[in-house]
Amino acid sequence: MGTKGAQILVDALIEEGVQHVFGYPGGSVLPLFDALYDAPIKFILPRHEQAAAHAADGYARATGKVGVCIATSGPGATNLTTGIATANMDSIPVVAITGQVKTHLIGNDAFQEADVTGITRPITKHNYLVKNVHDLARVIKEAFYIARTGRPGPVVVDVPVDVTTALLEGAPDKTIRLPGYKPVTEGHPRQIKLAAAAINAAHKPVLYLGGGVVLSNAAAEARALAEKANMPVAMTLMGLGAFPGDHPLALGMLGMHGTPTANYAVTESDLIISVGARFDDRVTGRIDAFAPSAKVIHIDIDPSSISKNVRVDIPVVGDARGILSDLTEQATAQPREAWHKQITAWKKKHPLAYDPGSGAIKPQAVLQELCRQAPEDAIITTEVGQNQMWTALWYTFRRPRTLVSSGGLGTMGFGFPAAIGAQVGCPGRLVVDVAGDGSIQMNIQELATVAQYKLPVKVLILNNGFLGMVRQWQELFYQRRYSQTTLNGNPDFVKLAEAYGVKGMRVTAPGEVPDALREMIRTEGPVFLDARIEPEENVFPMVPAGQAINRMIGGMA
Amino acid sequence: MRHVISALVENKPGVLAHIAGLFSSRGFNIDSVAVGRTENPSLSRMTIVVAGDDAILEQVRKQLGKVIDVIKVTDYQGRDTIQRELALVKVATPPGKRQEIIGLVEIFQGKVVDITPGDMVVELSGPEAKVAAFVDLLQPFGLREVARTGVVALARGEAK
Ligand SMILES: Cc1ncc(C[n+]2csc(CCOP(=O)(O)OP(=O)(O)O)c2C)c(N)n1
Repeated sequence: MGTKGAQILVDALIEEGVQHVFGYPGGSVLPLFDALYDAPIKFILPRHEQAAAHAADGYARATGKVGVCIATSGPGATNLTTGIATANMDSIPVVAITGQVKTHLIGNDAFQEADVTGITRPITKHNYLVKNVHDLARVIKEAFYIARTGRPGPVVVDVPVDVTTALLEGAPDKTIRLPGYKPVTEGHPRQIKLAAAAINAAHKPVLYLGGGVVLSNAAAEARALAEKANMPVAMTLMGLGAFPGDHPLALGMLGMHGTPTANYAVTESDLIISVGARFDDRVTGRIDAFAPSAKVIHIDIDPSSISKNVRVDIPVVGDARGILSDLTEQATAQPREAWHKQITAWKKKHPLAYDPGSGAIKPQAVLQELCRQAPEDAIITTEVGQNQMWTALWYTFRRPRTLVSSGGLGTMGFGFPAAIGAQVGCPGRLVVDVAGDGSIQMNIQELATVAQYKLPVKVLILNNGFLGMVRQWQELFYQRRYSQTTLNGNPDFVKLAEAYGVKGMRVTAPGEVPDALREMIRTEGPVFLDARIEPEENVFPMVPAGQAINRMIGGMA
Repeated sequence: MRHVISALVENKPGVLAHIAGLFSSRGFNIDSVAVGRTENPSLSRMTIVVAGDDAILEQVRKQLGKVIDVIKVTDYQGRDTIQRELALVKVATPPGKRQEIIGLVEIFQGKVVDITPGDMVVELSGPEAKVAAFVDLLQPFGLREVARTGVVALARGEAK
């Protein structure tokens, strides 16, 4: 007798504590789906494999658990790739299982064959092609271990269909064997001591928090350090929520669309303490003008992040959480009066601002109102473009894992399926996808998924009739030549939602926004809210690409 | 600056492709890569010659170290090492020149491994610079084909 590979795979998922799987069937995963049929795992069927990958990713970002998606060989697997690359750029733990043609057909251009390990190698943390049923249980165990430890990331496991039908006698081998994988978790005490001394000696420090703080569940530790050492805190897009945005020490986001205060503070600082961030070009702007007189402490679990983009004075490799608590212990309370006075002056002189206008709905106002009405633990996902930046600037994130956004890859079409994943992982909570009318159409078929599973996801479309962010660049840098950024063929989003049995709403006047949002939030099921906003509103402030980050244009009072 | 980096890797399919892909996607310039078995059948050693400044080399080492199937990365820069490359050189033997070529082969301690009426194949091993100098010297006679392995290297003294 023995156990079938498909059953071994499903048992291995259960052993990893997997409760939810997002996936789509097909020929080469028939045996696997058969084994899943009676498994104690809740299966969610999105309507496109890309959405399955984003949903697994959104699930992981919202819950901190490993997200799992499954697709068939060939086109199923290639449809996953955008989602895998998105997770990879933001270091999100996802295990993607793909079917593959029979072992003996691999390399023959068989029906629905794609070289999945070849295709996904540059967009995964690691990948496997399992050629023998003996290896299956061990590989699944290793995949989860690699995905969630060290700097997390997606792992692909490609399983030929004959491996899932093969029988294994006896108990499967589950011993992890990864001699080349030893993530460093504890920071070196000597480096931590040096970092603490630099913090204690600094007059104008800025704590710069990235997505790594969220990933390592170190928000409380980051806050403790900021408060004890009395340091202002700037965050990257991925770091939003790692520190309460309404805290007196918070400066908001830094970088291309950062707040003036955050960008000025970083530029003037004498010490940058970067935690779980990677000095991305969207953050640093012109690199030689970035924090020109600052010493840099860089805390990161991935040694290859350190000194990649900027020169680092004190590197500390390890898990942010432990390192931050050690630093807090060694940090001394400092008044830093002149520095805080300066920051308060900047905040006063350059608050975020927009022209309220008179007629049209302003997206900034919508997001401020959403923030007022939504509970602190509401999860906000975004698409990409102006909608994403307005959310980052005008919605105040107060808790970690409440912003779910594609930062590194900037994937349009991410927000809606990611919201589905977040809602599946956090059933009681309000989940809102802040969308653009362009992005939402990239995975709009997921209306069927929210309808089928009665997922109360809210989609707030900031509908400007444009591919807004690209239009903004064309306005500012290409003489308003709106090449292919006008969306003339938009559907009636209300009717479209209704066609799927989802509640559709529309709001066109600023005065109606608060009530519309209230109704959206109160509705038990899913809602599509089509908010017709000022068509040519821009995201400001903005640092033109390649400029120093204190050279902002627009949006400042 | 030229660095010789030795990476001990799992002897699995796809590892070489992974590392080659990593070098091209990160824009690292490799001069040569040599791969072969080691004393342990489950491990291979890749010897990579790469040029770049300190910052690039640091990234090369760290990115290699991140690959799960790479077990150990050693940069031989500044270490006492033995470096060798093997070349097979097929050189034309114009009338009356054969003895002259054989003379050069002897000086370089190479070996003639094949002779036909119009050419011969020479086997030569040594440090990369010696191999390069030898190939240069044969150039005027007419190089038919050259196959070089790229450098392999080991540190002197005890392992580990
Ligand atoms: C998959 C994908 N294709 C193209 C882009 C380039 N891009 C970035 S923002 C943007 C416009 C987004 O338009 P919309 O979703 O309507 O949002 P808005 O900027 O108007 O808020 C485009 C096309 C992208 N980020 N992702």
